[in-house]
Amino acid sequence: MERTDIEAKMKELLVEELGLDADKITMSATFEEDLEVDSLGVVELLMALEDNFGVQIPDEEAESLITVGEAVDLVEQKLKG
Amino acid sequence: MTGVALVTGASRGIGRAVALKLASDGFAVVVNYASNSAKADEVVAQIRGAGGKAIAVQADVGDQDAVSAMFEVVTEQLGPITVLVNNAGITDDGLLLRMSVDQWDRVITTNLRSVYLCTKAALRSMIRAKAGRVINISSVSGVSGNAGQANYAASKAGVIGFTKSTAKEVGSRGITVNAVAPGFISTDMTDALGDEVTGAAAAQISLGRLGSPEEVASVVGYLASDGASYITGQTIVVDGGLAL
Repeated sequence: MERTDIEAKMKELLVEELGLDADKITMSATFEEDLEVDSLGVVELLMALEDNFGVQIPDEEAESLITVGEAVDLVEQKLKG
Repeated sequence: MTGVALVTGASRGIGRAVALKLASDGFAVVVNYASNSAKADEVVAQIRGAGGKAIAVQADVGDQDAVSAMFEVVTEQLGPITVLVNNAGITDDGLLLRMSVDQWDRVITTNLRSVYLCTKAALRSMIRAKAGRVINISSVSGVSGNAGQANYAASKAGVIGFTKSTAKEVGSRGITVNAVAPGFISTDMTDALGDEVTGAAAAQISLGRLGSPEEVASVVGYLASDGASYITGQTIVVDGGLAL
C-alpha cells in the first residue's frame, strides 16, 4: 500500500470512527491538542487501524503517537513488516 | 432501549429471571450457560413461546478463548450486543484458614475474571455505537463481607470497583455501567445452604423473607431501560433491608 493510500484511509477512519472534522486533519495535527481526541479516542483509533490495516499495534508503541503523521508512519512501518 | 442482551449464567437462578425479563422487555436475548444445556434450552423455549427472540450459547466465561468465540457467534447471529449482564457466578465457601488456593482461584476466575473478559469484549461495539449498558451482578457479601465467603466476597467487591472504574472510562461514550447487589435470594445457590441457615438469614432481613430472582431481575430490567439513562457507576442493593 502506498503512503498516500494510508493517509487517505487514516483521514477516513478519523472522520468515520472518531467523528472528527475532515478539514482539521493534517499530517502535522496533534491528536490531543489540535484534534481534541481523548485517551479513549486514541484507543478507538488504534482498534480501527488494527481492524482496517490488519496490523497489530502494541500499547507501548501507541503511547508515543502525537501527530496524525506519526500514526501514518507507524502503520507504514507495520505494513512493511 | 431495544437490541441484543447477553446474560451470562442464564440457565437458572437470577440469570434465568433476568433473561426472561429482558426478553419480555423486547430484547433479543443470549442465554449463556457453562454446562447445563437442558436448562438453558428451557429458558430459550420459554422466551420463544412468549413470542420473544433468544439463543443459547455455551461458554466458560472465565476462559478468554471461550469468551471470544461466544462474542463471535453472537455478533454473527444477532448483531452487536447492546446490553451485557455479567451474572455468572459460583460459591465455594469455607473459613479462610481452611480455604485452598484452588477454591480461591476458581471463585475469582468465574466471578471476577469473567466480568473483565466479557465487558472488554462487549465494549468494542458499544463504543462504536456510542451507547450500551453493562450491568454486573455483585452481592451484599461484597458490600458487607460474610464469614466463610472471603473468596466470594472479594470477587463481588471486586465487581463493584470494576463497575465504578469502567463507568468512568466509558461514560463519555454514552455507555453506563452499574452493579446490582442482591442479598438472600431463593435460588439453587441459597437452597444449598439448608433451611436452618436461610431461616436464620430471614430473621436478619427487614422484610422478613428471602427475595425472588424476579425481584432482582426487575432492577436489572430498569437499569437496561431508557429510564435509567443517567445512572452510572452505582451499586443498587436488592436485599430486603438486610445490609442496613
